Amino acid sequence: MTLSLPDLLAGIILAALTAYVLLAGADFGGGVWDLLASGPPPRRARQRDLIAHAIGPVWEANHVWLILAVVLLFTCFPPAFARVAIALHVPLTLVLIGIVLRGSAFTFRSYGGDREEEKHWGQVFAVASLVTPILLGVAVGAVASGAAGEQGAGSGGQFYEAYVAPWLKPFPFAVGLFALACFAFLAAVYLTLEARDRDLQEDFRLRAIGAGVAVFVTAALGLLLSHQASFVGRGLVGAPWAVTLHVLTGGAAVTAFWALWTRRYRAARVAAAAQVTLILWGWGLAQYPYLLPPDLTIAAAAAPRVTLQLALGAVSVGAIVLFPSLYYLLRVFKRPSSAPPTTPPIPPR
Amino acid sequence: MSDLLAARSQMAVSLAFHIVFAVIGIAMPLLMVVAERRWQRTRDPIYLDLAKRWARGTAILFAVGAVSGTVLSFELGLLWPRFMELAGPIIGMPFSLEGFAFFTEAIFLGIYLYGWEKVSPRAHLLAGVLVAVSGAASGIFVVIANAWMNTPTGFILVDGKFASIDPIAAMLNPAAFPQALHMTLAAYVATGFGVAGIHAFILLKNRTSTFNRHALAIGLLVGAPAAVLQPLAGDIAARHVARHQPVKLAAMEALFDTRVGAPLTLGGWPDTDRRTTKLGIKIPYGLSLLAFHDPRAEVKGLDIVPRDEWPNVPLVHLSFQVMVALGTYLALVGVWAGWLAWRKRDVTAQRRFLWAVAIATPCGFIAVEAGWMATELGRQPWVIVGVLKTADAVTPMPGLIVTFTVFTLLYCGLGAVVTWLLYRQIVRTAHA
Repeated sequence: MTLSLPDLLAGIILAALTAYVLLAGADFGGGVWDLLASGPPPRRARQRDLIAHAIGPVWEANHVWLILAVVLLFTCFPPAFARVAIALHVPLTLVLIGIVLRGSAFTFRSYGGDREEEKHWGQVFAVASLVTPILLGVAVGAVASGAAGEQGAGSGGQFYEAYVAPWLKPFPFAVGLFALACFAFLAAVYLTLEARDRDLQEDFRLRAIGAGVAVFVTAALGLLLSHQASFVGRGLVGAPWAVTLHVLTGGAAVTAFWALWTRRYRAARVAAAAQVTLILWGWGLAQYPYLLPPDLTIAAAAAPRVTLQLALGAVSVGAIVLFPSLYYLLRVFKRPSSAPPTTPPIPPR
Repeated sequence: MSDLLAARSQMAVSLAFHIVFAVIGIAMPLLMVVAERRWQRTRDPIYLDLAKRWARGTAILFAVGAVSGTVLSFELGLLWPRFMELAGPIIGMPFSLEGFAFFTEAIFLGIYLYGWEKVSPRAHLLAGVLVAVSGAASGIFVVIANAWMNTPTGFILVDGKFASIDPIAAMLNPAAFPQALHMTLAAYVATGFGVAGIHAFILLKNRTSTFNRHALAIGLLVGAPAAVLQPLAGDIAARHVARHQPVKLAAMEALFDTRVGAPLTLGGWPDTDRRTTKLGIKIPYGLSLLAFHDPRAEVKGLDIVPRDEWPNVPLVHLSFQVMVALGTYLALVGVWAGWLAWRKRDVTAQRRFLWAVAIATPCGFIAVEAGWMATELGRQPWVIVGVLKTADAVTPMPGLIVTFTVFTLLYCGLGAVVTWLLYRQIVRTAHA
């Protein structure tokens, strides 16, 4: 298979989505662990503080990966964007509401007033962090199962048949739960490195192991139901690269478990990120050359060549600005043994 | 309510909500950078306090702006899939660039907000400057995309589809420069006067507060020059609209018939059935003079297009008048502020001036909303002028009144919370 310009841009979009999952996904996962904070009240408060400090400086930058993916999708593959927007209007609208509530509640909590108010916004933040990944996963699962194909593109028909039935199926929801498990897994693994003391590290180590098991269980559930996405399912089983991919993904998963078990948190972070990346690229490869199975290919959906060339140019120039800036951001806030970031309180006047 | 009207209303609510945050997101970083720079030079702790307070305000507003902007990027497709399918390849370019500008803004805002003690003072200030610059850049890119909908260029139309597209030519469309200039200045005017006005109001009660004097001074420093320049940018925009968007100009000015030496109509209510404007004040030759700098110039009226291609004339005319009236007021207050600064007068002794600034607090934002309504409603019934009607771009999904209601309620709630938080963060403590 030769790499065409449309393929390259589709790959860039998938790379942006991967970055979104690895970074923003973990921020959502953090919200899940905020919801599931446990132990004596002071311990719970410390878990929540750690999560808030980890997310605070970076979540907005992490969030932009999604916008980048959307913008590149409508620039480079406009028919695909239009189809997805029509067929998946309902789940995507719910995702948006979740994104709005999650982001604003997190900020309102950080800049809120008393403890009571903080608790209130914290709950909104945590619940939105739990629901949004499921719905995002539903959207991905629906695309993989052909909901945004020609017949599912909302061309007439009753509301339920055209706009709900295509995604309201077990398989998309299995993918939704799987996405949630992955996000929670990533968050817990990253938090073991963010934690400054042993207790919290152990808390998140156990959470990471638990979430890792959930990843396996939900993945198995998805495989069981994958006949509903037969197209992608066949690719994942029958393609020549399938075995290699599964071996690599499994290897990363085992490594992550081993590293968590033996408290090698840096290795765990790399392995967990690799595992999730491989899963995403496995999905992409499985539906190649289709952008929206079962009928819309990358080549057929591609915008005119000049648009793709310019988009590639914009991405290249953007990357030159973006990557050093991102590196700087992460170096400032994610350096080991640095004190937690602070917005210094304003002295009373 | 028809689905088309529901979709338009949802888009309108989303944009009307987001535009406030976008405008503040462009200009507020400039205020906080000025305050921080003054602190670094003078070591006056009040400036540091101001910079931090404004940074906290910016944090809240930026977060809500970021998520409501995300909603818009999806809504382009959720509500107008046919428009995006057609226009995506040609106006994706400014949106992609905006994506990167927004990225830069988010990254350096994170460093600015959380990095007070983690990076050097110089790096911290630089981060603030980068936030201000990339915020302005991302606003400009979005406005360029909107300008293309008003004056689409960079393609040949073959059977309703674009051929030989040229995204660079599309970015350089005739409306791009006048719109971007006008909008960017508007952001500084609205935010500068919004901040200055709040502190002027407090100073009316408590003249001696140094904190509020400093805040007023920085607010005016950003708002007043922009307000004085804005009529010039408005003139550029008006002359552009007269040449390239004659129907919109005719609706803004309620000019029903094409004529030489057209008068300027101030106020009044256009009656579209009788094709006259009731109660307006007419200034002879005024419109020809303003639109073409020539009292004898011919100005096109609404009669150049069929009745079903008219925008909503009364609403467009009203919005435009509101914008011009408020813009004029702000420009005059800006000149007044400049005069007082030049004469080195103590502004806090000038109660009438403080009242004028206090009254200006919401004016810039109302002018922004009104100006945006004039340009968006003035484009109807087209989404891409001359190419695609709004009615043909809407999603086939029924029941849009539900999503419209949900987003309206969501945004009303968010607006109330943000107002309350800002009041507490910035204003209430500033009274002390």
